Amino acid sequence: MHIAVCMKQVPDSGQIRVHPVTNTIMRQGVPTIINPYDLFALEEALRLRDKFGGEVTVLTMGPPMAEDSLRKALTFGADRAVLLTDRFFAGSDTLATSFALATALEKIGQEFGEMPIIFTGKQTIDGDTAQVGPGIAKRLNLNQLTYVSRITELDPTAGTITVERRAEGGVQVLATKTPVLITMLEGTNEIRRGSLADAYRAASAKIVTWNAADAGITDLTKCGLRGSPTIVKKVFAPQARAEKAQMLTTEDGYDAAATALMNEIFKRQPALEADLMRFASGQ
Amino acid sequence: MSESSRAGTKKELPEHFKAYKHVWVAVELEHGAVHPVSFELLGEGRKLADKRGAELAGVVMGGDAASVAEAAQACFEYGADLVYTIVDPVLTHYRNESSTKALTDLVNTYKPEILLLGATNLGRDLAGSVATTLKTGLTADCTELAIDNEGSLAATRPTFGGSLLCTIMTLNFRPQMATVRPRVLAMPAREPGRTGQIIACGLGLTEDDIITKVIKFIADRDSHKAQLAYADIVVAGGLGLRSAENFQLVKNLAEVLGAEYGGSRPLVQKGWITADRQIGQTGKTIRPRLYIAAGISGAIQHRVGVEGADMIIAINTDPKAQIFEFAHVGIVADAVELLPKLTAAFSAYLSVNRLAG
Repeated sequence: MHIAVCMKQVPDSGQIRVHPVTNTIMRQGVPTIINPYDLFALEEALRLRDKFGGEVTVLTMGPPMAEDSLRKALTFGADRAVLLTDRFFAGSDTLATSFALATALEKIGQEFGEMPIIFTGKQTIDGDTAQVGPGIAKRLNLNQLTYVSRITELDPTAGTITVERRAEGGVQVLATKTPVLITMLEGTNEIRRGSLADAYRAASAKIVTWNAADAGITDLTKCGLRGSPTIVKKVFAPQARAEKAQMLTTEDGYDAAATALMNEIFKRQPALEADLMRFASGQ
Repeated sequence: MSESSRAGTKKELPEHFKAYKHVWVAVELEHGAVHPVSFELLGEGRKLADKRGAELAGVVMGGDAASVAEAAQACFEYGADLVYTIVDPVLTHYRNESSTKALTDLVNTYKPEILLLGATNLGRDLAGSVATTLKTGLTADCTELAIDNEGSLAATRPTFGGSLLCTIMTLNFRPQMATVRPRVLAMPAREPGRTGQIIACGLGLTEDDIITKVIKFIADRDSHKAQLAYADIVVAGGLGLRSAENFQLVKNLAEVLGAEYGGSRPLVQKGWITADRQIGQTGKTIRPRLYIAAGISGAIQHRVGVEGADMIIAINTDPKAQIFEFAHVGIVADAVELLPKLTAAFSAYLSVNRLAG
């Protein structure tokens, strides 16, 4: 069974700068990591491969330096890494990103074998949109399983899969047919350390590097800024609150401070005091 | 690249999108109840519609006529002028396939200018599929929605974990789509008896058309799980508590106040609390009447999740902690020492006054 995992290399810190003219994010000089949510997707894919046999291909779209994240994924045990990189992808929003990734995934299927399961993380920590997974699923006409906490049953031969999906106020148990796109929920597994053999292999492995044409993308108007219906009009830092906090002290000890704090809360919110009384008397 | 070659920046809306009018809210009806975020969106949608001189519509889809009718009436009372309804047993449980088709068909038929959804698991699952099908722009997790001078939706959202805000627009595609997390927007006042027009629509799908089946739904045993966002009082802890054991101090205060408890992101990463108790940009947004933050530094990621609180109380040993920049009342103190005293103070006060009453 061939499984694909879409990953993203993301900035590891808050030291983000904004280009003064284009209002796009400048990623240069900021340390990068694999989007942490994607590691749950990768581990789940590796477990399925270990159980059913086959290969795991990791795919990322990004600048050439995104190769670092792919190599890291190989040290965890992924079998193949594909880097989709081209200046035409710069400035892609989620619609343009899902177009590029979906096209590359089709190509991966043709080159390295069809994939009954494609994984993504539930979202990235930089964009936080959770839109690219569903976008890929829709474009490739895959059955979409988001926020999956557990794969309870998988029969690669019959092409059936049952999962638990985190929904509002509970867990949905869904049964569907492959091919599927799964976005994996966080905290559902823990990424393995990877073997020494994997580390050696990763160090010298050839990363499959594709530009738009290599990936089979013919319509460049669907890529990058040109293919993005959303535009970033303005990027700005949050405003500080004008009104300063009223500061209390512990000068007279913690007991007095606690009482002063409680009194201040009730002074500012008399209605809350009344409601707390009702709560305390069990009404 | 010249300006004109960029799809997003053309000034003139393409002719075929000019018929797109009105503001829609896709209402989340699950297990017979409407998610409160839908009403919050109707409140905001009302303002946007008024500004555009347009109508506000709710879209209610569900498996049984009674709960759909009840939800539609609630939409009117929260400000909708009209409600598009689809009643079909296929829609009893949320599924991506059926809901995507239903909502996409409605958009293509009735052409809204703005389409809002809750940034819940359901809303995000649906919005991404609908936007991709319609090939339009979608802005996730907005914290502010406005109409700019040219009449376009200006959707502001935190980005890079909340360290920056950005305003995103979809200038020449329709509808302009956005999601907003629960509790980011204020709950509007309900006007009982307010009515509007219902437009009943069909789904055009049968159960056989849908590959994915809902085997069962396991409701959360811990009913508290979903309630943090809507709690009146929230007590939360951060790394200033120093150990997992000390988190009990937060729980103790919460218990005395009948409050919900939560924590900052590092506590989830350390395993002191579960992810569903995380407060902040990548966790829950809360809007309580009283928020007590104990040993939380108040990084922007946390701030965006709590600044809707009526009153923020900050306890931190570092006088320069960012939390004091947006708290209403602050105290430079060790939370581990102060929390038990505060719990005792509230406990004593409430029991004395209860006996007196």
